[in-house]
Amino acid sequence: MNNTTKAQVVLRLQGITKRFGPVTANEGVSFDLHRGEVIALLGENGAGKTTLMNILFGQYTADEGTVELFGQTLPPGAPRAALDAGVGMVHQHFTLADNLTVWENIVLGVDPLTAPRLKPAQAKARIRALSDQFHLKVDANAKVGRLTVGERQRVEILKALYRDAKILILDEPTAVLTPQEAEALFATLREAIATGLSVIFISHKLHEVMAISHRVVVLRHGKLAAERATNQTNREDLAALMVGSEVSAPSIETGAPGASLLSLRRVTTPDQGAAPGLKSLNLELAAGQIIGLAGVSGNGQAALSDLLSGLITPTSGEMEMNGTAVQRWTPRTAIAKGIARIPEDRHKTGTIADFDLTENAILETYASRFSRRGWMNWAQARAFTKDLIKTYDVRCPGPDIRIRLLSGGNMQKLILGRVLEEAPQIILANQPVRGLDIGAVNYVHGALAKARDRGAAVLLISEDLDEIMQLSDVIHVISEGRLSPGFGRGTMRAEDLGAWMAGHGFDAESPNAT
Amino acid sequence: MRLEPIAAPSPARRIVPPLLALLATFTVATLLALIAGGNPFSVFGLIVKGAFGSKFALLETLNSATPLIFTGLAIAVAFRAKLWNIGAEAQLYAGAVLTVVLGTGALGLPAYLMLPLCAIAAMFAGATLLLGPALLKTRLGVDEVVTTLLFNFIFLLFVSYLLEGPLKDPMGMGWPKSARLLPEARLPRLVEGLRIHWGFGLALVAALLVWVINTRTTLGYEMRAVGQNAEAARFAGIPVTRVILKTALLSGGLAGLAGFSEVSGLKGALTSDLSPGFGYTGIVVAMLALLHPLGVVLAALFVAAIFVGADSMSRAAGVPSYIADIMLASALLFMVLAILLTKFRVRRD
Repeated sequence: MNNTTKAQVVLRLQGITKRFGPVTANEGVSFDLHRGEVIALLGENGAGKTTLMNILFGQYTADEGTVELFGQTLPPGAPRAALDAGVGMVHQHFTLADNLTVWENIVLGVDPLTAPRLKPAQAKARIRALSDQFHLKVDANAKVGRLTVGERQRVEILKALYRDAKILILDEPTAVLTPQEAEALFATLREAIATGLSVIFISHKLHEVMAISHRVVVLRHGKLAAERATNQTNREDLAALMVGSEVSAPSIETGAPGASLLSLRRVTTPDQGAAPGLKSLNLELAAGQIIGLAGVSGNGQAALSDLLSGLITPTSGEMEMNGTAVQRWTPRTAIAKGIARIPEDRHKTGTIADFDLTENAILETYASRFSRRGWMNWAQARAFTKDLIKTYDVRCPGPDIRIRLLSGGNMQKLILGRVLEEAPQIILANQPVRGLDIGAVNYVHGALAKARDRGAAVLLISEDLDEIMQLSDVIHVISEGRLSPGFGRGTMRAEDLGAWMAGHGFDAESPNAT
Repeated sequence: MRLEPIAAPSPARRIVPPLLALLATFTVATLLALIAGGNPFSVFGLIVKGAFGSKFALLETLNSATPLIFTGLAIAVAFRAKLWNIGAEAQLYAGAVLTVVLGTGALGLPAYLMLPLCAIAAMFAGATLLLGPALLKTRLGVDEVVTTLLFNFIFLLFVSYLLEGPLKDPMGMGWPKSARLLPEARLPRLVEGLRIHWGFGLALVAALLVWVINTRTTLGYEMRAVGQNAEAARFAGIPVTRVILKTALLSGGLAGLAGFSEVSGLKGALTSDLSPGFGYTGIVVAMLALLHPLGVVLAALFVAAIFVGADSMSRAAGVPSYIADIMLASALLFMVLAILLTKFRVRRD
């Protein structure tokens, strides 16, 4: 790589400290970003990456420290200033209006509201030039609602470039991409830095960090843990820096398949808005196995998860559990049939934020276990919750505090305890470790493996291919609601799975699908 | 300006804003009293005296609070489950209509059968009236704010029709008024010679029962879960639709009881001005009580005291009694703002 140390400093963070009450989110963080440089900001969830970027953007005001852009100190707490100075941010969750076209989204907010009228031709020509230059292929006239996730991300990047961004901040940009799409994104970034842009790349995927960055800045517990030139470090080194000590993940052996507990035959479900439903899907969940479901988000994972949760019923096809056909399918029947459900969104679906731990712990079983003739037995419920807290190592002041005060990891442990106490036959784990710190990740993975070993079937849905490949005995790939055949552990490389994730191979496999 | 949610509000943050809301309400009232040419201190003094100053005044305040406790409870129960029942006014009238239908001679029963029967019928009427909008909401996703609100007007016109037609008192000299209830259908007075009646006792019992339902029963747990997060409740297997329908029955029933209590305890006959908007004022009461059933009793007493006190104040001080309406309206607005401030922090960009 070119010698970046002599290049102009475009961004300088100095001694940034930010506290939220007793919690210190950032403490004395300083680093420089040079022209034409890619810095990878690496850190566990909760390490303070997002807070730091929000300070840079003026969303938060730092308690101490300054942000300098092109030599000018940014006034604190002024979101407009960073934008005007040429910082563009691509958020993890896109900020596009679905009902507008690509070009409308891009010009939105650029021209003042008082401008007499938009000049579509001019805007579109400029967008076309930018998309040619940076290999960002997207139709300027398409409605954003119809675009794939990868295309939407390109629109977000175009939006930043259209505003003459000189610094591009990408927050976990590859979380929603296939390996191939991620490769295309890297090509774009290389083009961008060649023209003098600077990039901050937020990620916790080490191989990407190694592939794209010049320097790596590691945050841990809000502090700058290390700063390394990428060509003088390696993945193991970075992982250790990020986590702080050598944390050993539970070793997950493969399991032998037992009897079939659940089988789906040619199951089809309706589309859910832009997300596809299941398309004539066949799936077998066998006892004693972890079945991993890989795929880019929004390809039918939600439909499969909702189906097994009892939230939707198939429009056609058959569902069998333990050899008997399933009828009247509701969340309650799913629970009664021994399906443990760990939902994707533990804040919105898994828990009720303003309920205390007890009220949350009995959410699924209150009717059968803690209520008699319409009266609640709160003493029993509270005792149950106390046991749960102890058994599943939920760190909290007690069963009477509201669950919103718990960290994500402890919240997830409570949900895990709630469903595992029922000794379920089938466990549906939808993104079970998203947003958790490494200790909680290992705990959840260990618990899933343990349940598998005692004979449960685990369906693990994740967008993290590493997680899938590490845990699963059998891997399926889902794409546009279709399911690939099952691949045994270790039989497929990530790139092969990536091809399936991009939709290759399905037509040959299932001639009925078009 | 931005609102930033507060994860764990401190006790001070939960108590201070509502107190400030009360203070702001009295500030507004003070200014208005000054504008109207009154001395604010004597105006407030007269309001307090008019509401609590004598045995008669106190009982009159309790009397006026009675229907507000019922409608306040009806609203609090519904709002807790995020069922926006704006139709307590119509449900109150439905309860009153059925009480009159049964109590004016259709049945000849002793009081100990007649009164419970009329009360149950009134609850049934109110509950039925809210069941329609609740079904439209759960089946077709029709907004219950619109349906319950508009149904108030339809039902009030229907009551006018009844009073000009089938229910018109033949001995009423042409006034749009129903026949009087039989003595067996009248709630007895609490204190002989004064207007205070057993409806007030019934209202207190109802408040206690709602509190027990909320905290001790399975239905209460389900109603709270559905209100706080319907998505999580549905996922956990709580029968959300059924819980909403049960909530509607309970809420409508409580509003229906208000109608029973007013006709049977106070008026003795149905007129189309039976309720001067108790169904709407119940919303204020429920909000001031932060939807807590025991708080509803206090809030209803507060609201009733302002109305009763303002009436006698205006006679003595010459300041219009409309000041009571303004105090109530500003109390509601400030309280809504205060609730926001207990949950969010205001930040300036």
